[in-house]
Amino acid sequence: MISAKLRKRLTAVFLNLLTAVLALGWASIIIWAIVVSFRPSSEPLGRGDVWFGHTLTFANYLKAWSLAPFGIYYRNTIIIVGMILIAQLITITLAGFAFAHQEFWGKKGIFFFILLQLMIPAAALLVPNFTTIRKLGLFDTTLAVALPYFGSAFGTFLMRQAFLEVPRDLVDAGIMDGCSWWQLLWHIYLPPSVPTLVAFALSSITWHWNEFLWPLVVTLSNRSRPLTIGLVRFTQLGEIGARWPLLAAATITVIAPLFLLFLVFQRQFIRSFLHSGLK
Amino acid sequence: MSVATRSVSRRKAPNWLPYLLISPTLIIVLVFTAWPTVQAIYMSFFRQYLNIAKFRTPTFIGLRNYKELFTSPDFLQVLKNTTIYVLGTVPASIVLAFLFALLVNRAVKGIGLARLGFFYPTILPMVSAATIWMFFFTPDYGLFNTFLETFGYHGPENWLGNPHLALLAVMIVAVWKNAGYLMIFYLAGLQNLPEDVFEAASLDGASWWTQLWKIAFPLLRRTTLFVSTIAIIDAFQVVDHIFVMTQGGPSGASTVLLYYLWQVRFEDLNVGLASALTVVLIIIMLSITVTNFVLSEREGA
Repeated sequence: MISAKLRKRLTAVFLNLLTAVLALGWASIIIWAIVVSFRPSSEPLGRGDVWFGHTLTFANYLKAWSLAPFGIYYRNTIIIVGMILIAQLITITLAGFAFAHQEFWGKKGIFFFILLQLMIPAAALLVPNFTTIRKLGLFDTTLAVALPYFGSAFGTFLMRQAFLEVPRDLVDAGIMDGCSWWQLLWHIYLPPSVPTLVAFALSSITWHWNEFLWPLVVTLSNRSRPLTIGLVRFTQLGEIGARWPLLAAATITVIAPLFLLFLVFQRQFIRSFLHSGLK
Repeated sequence: MSVATRSVSRRKAPNWLPYLLISPTLIIVLVFTAWPTVQAIYMSFFRQYLNIAKFRTPTFIGLRNYKELFTSPDFLQVLKNTTIYVLGTVPASIVLAFLFALLVNRAVKGIGLARLGFFYPTILPMVSAATIWMFFFTPDYGLFNTFLETFGYHGPENWLGNPHLALLAVMIVAVWKNAGYLMIFYLAGLQNLPEDVFEAASLDGASWWTQLWKIAFPLLRRTTLFVSTIAIIDAFQVVDHIFVMTQGGPSGASTVLLYYLWQVRFEDLNVGLASALTVVLIIIMLSITVTNFVLSEREGA
């Protein structure tokens, strides 16, 4: 019996150790980047000397911002993410409401048609969508980056599910009181569905803040380039080379706002991503 | 639509409202999913090079783009790389995700930090993660080599410039990025398992390992099916880090399907071939989602 107890204890210690080693290994990427972004550029990295320098400095951040217009990239990313978010919240709420509450001819067929967006990911349609954007005269605008995402099959699906869970009695009471459709939506359907909207919003923000390939294709100048494209251009600047503290500072610049948001709302983010996989 | 109007108007005024409410979503799906699919199929039957004056206007050439694709050594290399990439990263991410979920699903002090450590790559842009990984793969003083040396590795140091290691390097980054994301589904699955299953098992003296493989894993079969689908679809779509780390090189060693599509369209300016590639990619994506749908229906029954 004692040996069984001991074995259990040893297993626990081993598992704790394994967890710690793996988690540290996984986290070493971001930890290194944060540490080195504050390392003086006068102290080049070398074998066995890749972490802290002798002092901490903010100079790398200033230098990075002077070498590339990160302020403009920030503005563009915020505009793109903001446009998408506002448009999506409106379109998925309206469509979700129609599919959950209303009866109309072709409802099922149209719903399945919209789900096509989940079956053929946008990334695969890069080439023809680029042609469409050119034809619409939107090339090299922030709108070009955002427009294809103004409607979301997944968001529509989520909102429909949320609305279907609203008790029928509540809806009937609203109808009895003579609520118009938008009063029903606003006062009865929406309040209990806010958590779903928030979950969708967080994953939408993350997804579009991080997007790279589509903006790479439809942007050409700083008037529309988001942070991700700006960062890659920055890493390819001739004068950067292997100046890691500078690269680390630029990288942290790009990820900081979202990362801080994530640290504060960790639980909500995880729930949001748990939802976002359920497609 | 005319049918709707007729049948409804017999009772009262036609109800256009639902159509109005779904129209924005419907228009986006029409313009940016349905139309481009048709467009890609159509254009794949034409020859059009944007960089050669006499081929700038599309000419109908039947199936020749597909013939060119499936006989081109470049494309066969890309297919091989993509297969290795998908078959390598997907199982690795899933096994790690399951392991991570088991490890952080224990009531131990500080376990929240570990969960954070595994999950945070999910919210980082792939290009910024790749920029940092560039350093880890740097020859000589890069942390990845230093790490491997402690296990006695003294092989080639320049991973990204080595045709035998470049693909593996971008696969490692993909696994690092994805495992924590997939972990949360197993974590949710584990927390939904009835606890008495484990209690009964430990009373029977089943070891932790047996509980894991004989009890937890089979019970989480649906989660695994679902997680595999996400992982496979992601593996085809996520190529951002390749732009930063290898640009598909050296000599095509780390070029995968979506990256190749980008090259053919935006570097070679070969619209016809890029359209044929798009069709291939659409067929792959559709068969994955449809297979998953059929499988999960059968599981659910």
